[in-house]
Amino acid sequence: MMSASLLLAELSYWQQTSIRVGAGLAAVLLVAGTLVYLHLFKLVSFMQSRLGPMEAGPFGSLQLLAEVGKFLQKEDIFPRKADRFVFAAAPFVVLMSTFLLVVVVPGGPDAWFVDSELGIYLAMAVSSVSVIGILMAGWGSASKYSLLGGLRATGQLIAYELPLILAVLGVVIQAETMNMQGIVMAQAEGEIFGFGGIGNPYLLTQFVAFGVFLIAMQAELTQTPFDMPIAESELVTGYMTEYSGMRFLLFFIGEFATAGVFSAIAAVLFLGGWYIPGIDPADNLMNILGPLVMVGKIVVLTFLIFWFRFTFPRFREDQLQRLAWKFLIPIALTNIVVTGILKVAF
Amino acid sequence: MFPRFVQPKTSQVGSLFVSDFLRSYLTVGIFGLVGVALVGAFLGLGRLLRPNNPTAAKTEVYESGVDPVGDRWSQANIRYYIFALLFVMFDVEAVFIFPWAARLEVYEVFGLIEMAIFIFILLLGLLYAWRKGVLKWV
Repeated sequence: MMSASLLLAELSYWQQTSIRVGAGLAAVLLVAGTLVYLHLFKLVSFMQSRLGPMEAGPFGSLQLLAEVGKFLQKEDIFPRKADRFVFAAAPFVVLMSTFLLVVVVPGGPDAWFVDSELGIYLAMAVSSVSVIGILMAGWGSASKYSLLGGLRATGQLIAYELPLILAVLGVVIQAETMNMQGIVMAQAEGEIFGFGGIGNPYLLTQFVAFGVFLIAMQAELTQTPFDMPIAESELVTGYMTEYSGMRFLLFFIGEFATAGVFSAIAAVLFLGGWYIPGIDPADNLMNILGPLVMVGKIVVLTFLIFWFRFTFPRFREDQLQRLAWKFLIPIALTNIVVTGILKVAF
Repeated sequence: MFPRFVQPKTSQVGSLFVSDFLRSYLTVGIFGLVGVALVGAFLGLGRLLRPNNPTAAKTEVYESGVDPVGDRWSQANIRYYIFALLFVMFDVEAVFIFPWAARLEVYEVFGLIEMAIFIFILLLGLLYAWRKGVLKWV
């Protein structure tokens, strides 16, 4: 069998990029669809002692396609006083942010979208683009609920971006690289007190950073303990209030796709990425197994997200800001200093 | 074992390396455009299927079922602005810490002390904001 690396190397840049774009579309949309079905439709139903969708397809697995079909037929309503251009552009910006974010996620030794030396730094930079989209949605709607929701979302997203970035730094110090592949390889080749059987997933050494990252990720995704921006009992649906039909669904798709991509980044940083113990990471087999391993780790991490989502009550705005500024940021800064000292000492 | 993941040395910065570097950002740009095109495709498909019948009541903004009152863009809490300023301070710092974090092995104890001083000054800033009551949401 011809190795995939050879196969890709023979292709021109445009051919390679077309393959990568196709894979990227699948990675965003298929994963988002799977997460919506597995967690939002089924997991929550079982937690609430009901069956969830059962009619469309086996065990309701085609429910999401039916939903898309329904939303496609809904009227597209613009509020009369809305800033039409900003209102219409907001979903584009939100989805663009998701696709810019997915480029750094690797799926195997050769199965990557962009092998940038800046890897995780690039991801942290482009993840803030979605804030602009949300603020645009809130402002463009010209509605009080939307504006409040947009402002709350912005305040929350920028507050929790800091612990997110600072948590990542602990991993970067340990791996000595910002390249996502480099971080995976550093974990695959790592040793735990001289035992290299399972590599060294940074979950074991960077557990503080992992905790901070998970909490900040929950807030970045505005999932329930941190859902002040779309608090349905006060703000209807926050910045999405005035959106209808397909535009509303696009925000929804963006939310779940971003949940999948963020989980993938967390899996790379803390759970060893596409590496599984027992198989040589240079083996060509990993180009096929790797993406499946990633999907498995994504499902586990998103399970945690949705478990928290359906368990905890909502934070108030002041509690939410206090948690970020007075707890998570000092903890993450301390983690950086301690990791740095240990790194130099050993 | 993976030569292509080896960090490029400064001496390696030739035409080939730079072109690979720029190409990878071209790919990033293409992915951004794909995101935009996907939204465009969904909305375009919807345009073929959906009705379009706006009425005065439909295009009014939602305000819990009563007629909207006052200006469409109401005033917002100043707190959001202050937190945004705090964010800028910390976000800029992250730019400096990242390259240090990736090269800590090279700088050893010297780098560690330097960064400890940097982070200490930052923590002083956070402490100052804390004491001033900026972190309190009222």
